Amino acid sequence: MNTEKNIKTLIVKKPLKLDCGKTISDFPIAYETYGSLNSKKDNAILVFHALTGDQFVTGINPVTKKDGWWSYAVGPNKAIDTNKYFVICTNVISGCMGSYGPSNKDPDTKNIFGSNFPVITINDMVNAQYHLLDHFNIDKLFSITGGSMGGMQVLQFISNFPDKAKTVIPIATTSSHSAQNIALNELGRQAITADSNWKDGNYIANNTNPGKGLAVARMAAHITYLSKKGLQEKFGRKLQEREDLKFGFDADFQIESYLRYQGSVFVDRFDANSYLYITRAMDYFDLAKQFDGDLSKAFKNTKAKFFIISFTSDWLYPTQENKDIVIALNSIGADVGFVEIESDKGHDSFLLDIPDFLNALKNFLDKSYLEN
Amino acid sequence: MKNEFNVIADLIEKDKKVLDVGCADGTLMKFLKDNKNIDIRGLEISKEKVQECIAKGLTVIEGNAEKDLKQFPDKSFDYVILSQTLQAFLNPELVLNELLRVGKKAIVTIPNFGYWKIRLHLLIKGTMPITKTLPDEWYNTANLHMCTIKDFVHFVKSRDIKIFKSLALNNLNTSLINDNNLGIKNMFADLGIFLIEK
Repeated sequence: MNTEKNIKTLIVKKPLKLDCGKTISDFPIAYETYGSLNSKKDNAILVFHALTGDQFVTGINPVTKKDGWWSYAVGPNKAIDTNKYFVICTNVISGCMGSYGPSNKDPDTKNIFGSNFPVITINDMVNAQYHLLDHFNIDKLFSITGGSMGGMQVLQFISNFPDKAKTVIPIATTSSHSAQNIALNELGRQAITADSNWKDGNYIANNTNPGKGLAVARMAAHITYLSKKGLQEKFGRKLQEREDLKFGFDADFQIESYLRYQGSVFVDRFDANSYLYITRAMDYFDLAKQFDGDLSKAFKNTKAKFFIISFTSDWLYPTQENKDIVIALNSIGADVGFVEIESDKGHDSFLLDIPDFLNALKNFLDKSYLEN
Repeated sequence: MKNEFNVIADLIEKDKKVLDVGCADGTLMKFLKDNKNIDIRGLEISKEKVQECIAKGLTVIEGNAEKDLKQFPDKSFDYVILSQTLQAFLNPELVLNELLRVGKKAIVTIPNFGYWKIRLHLLIKGTMPITKTLPDEWYNTANLHMCTIKDFVHFVKSRDIKIFKSLALNNLNTSLINDNNLGIKNMFADLGIFLIEK
């Protein structure tokens, strides 16, 4: 993938000590911005992407040529209105859209890292992204937001930098990855590492690609982003371009064909090792553990205004896990609002055109901005 | 804004921290925020009403007072408001205790089932009373535990809850309730407003 010309990068010179004990320095963070920073520099929103997202939040992604992952929510006159706000998003470290990751070369050995890349945590990701504030000379962000793993970064960011954001919007997320979440991620990782083309992570050097494993990982994960009802309504038992069952293992059902397609297009845009690293970062995420098991301590130093959003049919990061964050915030008297949006689209709801969700997001941001 | 809300607002001093339980569309919250510089939070069960509150720029938590008050620490609000909802809970006593735990003071308003029109309706028509404050039929009303002003006063006294102020409302008329006029007020007020503390 020759992507470099479309990717803006910031080289972080300052050494960053990672949770795993290793230190990285002079590493690239790829980012994109939308809208413009006003003269008071009080209209910046840092958006954090989810597992397979990237810095191209909206508009056409210059690398994949598809719509940005949060096009419904971000853009001119949209919920996160780029006529008004300056939106920044960075590719997480260990990602594969230009930020420092397993496809980069190890400066010591000059070989591609592969599985020798250090294990990254959500904490490492936000500590790296923090450098964007200095880069743009922003003292305080107006807002930080993101769904799923993006929401985890939101929580970690405000915990690490309590006075660096005025409003905080974690969406469809959790403060601690559950056993079910870890299990599902492990399934994906096993699919990748079981692919003989994975070559212990050195597939680039070996000129192979564990595409089959990565596709299976994506297919399994994709199911977790939807709901039973949503799947049933969209696909039911409909057959794929055939009148009757074929009594074989070809894709008889539309849902099979759909999943195979999702797997195959994913392989074209995503790196298998990045998938391993990023899912690991999610699994290691346990914000309460960082504060002796008391989640509210993570937020005790911030005066930010929180707004937490969950979705009724999201079984991956269910409402209760989002509410646990609300409860932790209320127990220390923080300013926190919460709404559960009715939707049968599952965890993916936060990426979709769900008017109740987008209106709530817009109203919260716009009204909060007026109070600036 | 309805008179009940004006009366409630008058009970609250400026710059306080207030929780409105069952805040509906946030009318009272907005008034308190704009006119009295109140640090105001709402708890509301209806998704639709929560959205209306967000559109007004209010901090609201979607939730159920019977389950979700427990997350707030003791005496974390100067006032907790509960407007015309106590009778709709499965366990009003539990909710009342929670209000008094979370708030230094609580303002509770109740539709008065002792109001003369209600008594007359039941006496003459022999059917469940329907009035402006109680507009629903017996089969679709949310009200499970109707009480009178007298009932409420007896109840709080028996639980060692301090009553700072009791007010009787009849349309636009507001008057104080005391031990001597309790019977009369219980007859002629359609709403009771109580400022209480435990």
